[in-house]
Amino acid sequence: MRDELVKLGIDTAVLDADSALLAKLGDYLPSAIFPAIHGSCGEDGSIREVLGLLRIPYVGSIPSACRAAFDKPTAKSLMAAAGVATPTSATLPRETFHDLGASAVVDLIVARLGLPLYVKPSRGGSSLGAGAVRSAADLSAALLSCFAYGEIALIEQFVRGTEVAVGVLDLGDGPHALPAVEIVPGEHGYDYSARYTAGQTEFYVPARLSASAAREVADAALTAHSVLGLRDLSRTDLILDEEGTAYFLEANVSPGMTETSTFPLALEASGHHFGEACLKLIEIAVARGA
Amino acid sequence: MTAGSDSPAVRIDRYVGQYAERAKGMVASEIRALFAVAARPEIVSLAGGTPYVAALPLDAVGSMVGELVAGQGTQALQYCTAQGDAGLRERICEVMSLEGVQDHPDDVVVTVGSQQALDLLARIFVDPGDVVLAEAPSYVGALGAFSAYQADVVHVPMDDEGLIPEALEQAIAAVAASGRRAKFLYTVPNFHNPAGVTLALSRRHRILDICQRAELLVVEDNPYGLLGFDGDPMRALRADDPEGVVYLGTFSKTFAAGVRVGWAVAPPAIRDKLILAAESAVLCHSSFAQLTVREYLSTQPWREQIKDFRELYRARRDATLDALARLMPPGCGWTEPAGGFYVWLRLPDGVDAKAMLPRAISARVAYVPGTGFYADGSGGQFARLCYAFPDPERIREGIRRLAAVVEGEIELRHDFASGVPSV
Repeated sequence: MRDELVKLGIDTAVLDADSALLAKLGDYLPSAIFPAIHGSCGEDGSIREVLGLLRIPYVGSIPSACRAAFDKPTAKSLMAAAGVATPTSATLPRETFHDLGASAVVDLIVARLGLPLYVKPSRGGSSLGAGAVRSAADLSAALLSCFAYGEIALIEQFVRGTEVAVGVLDLGDGPHALPAVEIVPGEHGYDYSARYTAGQTEFYVPARLSASAAREVADAALTAHSVLGLRDLSRTDLILDEEGTAYFLEANVSPGMTETSTFPLALEASGHHFGEACLKLIEIAVARGA
Repeated sequence: MTAGSDSPAVRIDRYVGQYAERAKGMVASEIRALFAVAARPEIVSLAGGTPYVAALPLDAVGSMVGELVAGQGTQALQYCTAQGDAGLRERICEVMSLEGVQDHPDDVVVTVGSQQALDLLARIFVDPGDVVLAEAPSYVGALGAFSAYQADVVHVPMDDEGLIPEALEQAIAAVAASGRRAKFLYTVPNFHNPAGVTLALSRRHRILDICQRAELLVVEDNPYGLLGFDGDPMRALRADDPEGVVYLGTFSKTFAAGVRVGWAVAPPAIRDKLILAAESAVLCHSSFAQLTVREYLSTQPWREQIKDFRELYRARRDATLDALARLMPPGCGWTEPAGGFYVWLRLPDGVDAKAMLPRAISARVAYVPGTGFYADGSGGQFARLCYAFPDPERIREGIRRLAAVVEGEIELRHDFASGVPSV
């Protein structure tokens, strides 16, 4: 993104969210910030809260919307209330396994949700600590991996189908869904390596969907953008099962913008120039003000 | 549902089908991503083997470099030979004489750190599927260099006195029984990376005898040999068998890692191939870096500097061992290095250092999981702690954080004790 903005003549600096950030912001006095950090401080609203305190305009969603989207169980509940399907799930903190006995709780999960399952931290991204569970024996190990990244696990029924990521972009004329990107990972699934190693995952843009299915996933992404109160841009991850039902998995307030990310692919496929779209979002943020 | 448009797959990497088989393992990993976070100042990093170059007389080195360019710039900024600057090679022989090695500068090949020497050795010796013997655990950079040439690394157990001779004999026999022959034994005899142990004097001749009988070349990697905390440097293996041992050295730990200057000393036939391999790899090494080291060794009190490094690292080793003894929960064990940079930490049964790393990073302490030091990915119960860079106070704080993380992991593992495969 930095390279594209520089090409457009924008004085751009990349800053990390570390102890030098506030001093650097004081030095640079930027017109606006484009938050691009993944993970907790980038997506949970905290950096945006700080930018608000600093009165610096920024691209993207406000802190309260970030918090709703970043907490996957909360986002699922809001989406379910809006009529969008989402995999049946259980959300359990580590303490529950400690207090009630992990074995009994694991057995109960398998009995009620069945197999296969998908386990992930309730807050997080990039598939860190996430993984599929195909047998009851694997569930404890998956939970251990999950708890390395967070204190609360979201355990969902695994939905077989076509995995798609749908970007939503609002360049001042209201939110529009970008073409769905179909994700076809290799044998190990869409894990961290598959996400960030060019060539490990195949993408189809637009996704190989029927017109009605394409509409359904686009509507679901727009619903997520609206229900969660998101702003400017977002990406919603969904699974379309064999019956054609689109299941909401999660929404991202800070879609990946790397060479292997789906949002830039969708932007280009929809006829937008990546850098120009980013610049437009920045101009909107500047006009909006802090 | 995939019945609509038939758009072609987007090829983010248009060359994805064209990479060599040996590039298959070159993929993004969670561990590397975590290490990127570990570089942040709020994290006590016991991970990277980073020397404390701030202890160098930087002003003096800066003046020396300025004078080098002003006075010898036409040589320092020019190509040189692939074998390396002759004056530097003379100095290298002086350095090695501290460990009993009596070689001629003609036997020395200058390399880009000793890491390039590992690459060149693998390049000239290893065909896909060839066996390389290495200690268990072994230096991760060596494993990476060997795997790039598709070597099959067979690990040989160590104990507190280093490589176990009987285990080496068994490994050589087992490889032979499988119809193969090991190409060389890779060993770090002094202050081992990552294990922190040193090959006992009483074992050194035995190891050389075993390798001579098996006609097995020994690659002796000795980055830390001059950084012992007690007594004189150990005698190098090459000092006792110049025909059977290739010696690898580096200035990364005794001067500056940033100059990237190392070397190999080898029997003549191997030396000649190393020179040709180096020529094809880089044409020649940085004249500027080589002359910087040559001038450092010629004009600066480098022996005293090594003494200063030893005292600095000794204090950090002491802080590490003291904090481990006071803070780590029962079930942990660790080596007590007599030099070098590393303590090898064994975690309680069932605790996996790799799985625990994200929690440690969250607690603002970093280490290297043991799995990186085994070609087969075992070693999950171990972690490498490097005490070279943080000061003693930071080391104590880092180990306090690590101990809390281990205690939390023990509790978590206990909660899930049933039905979890042991790691």
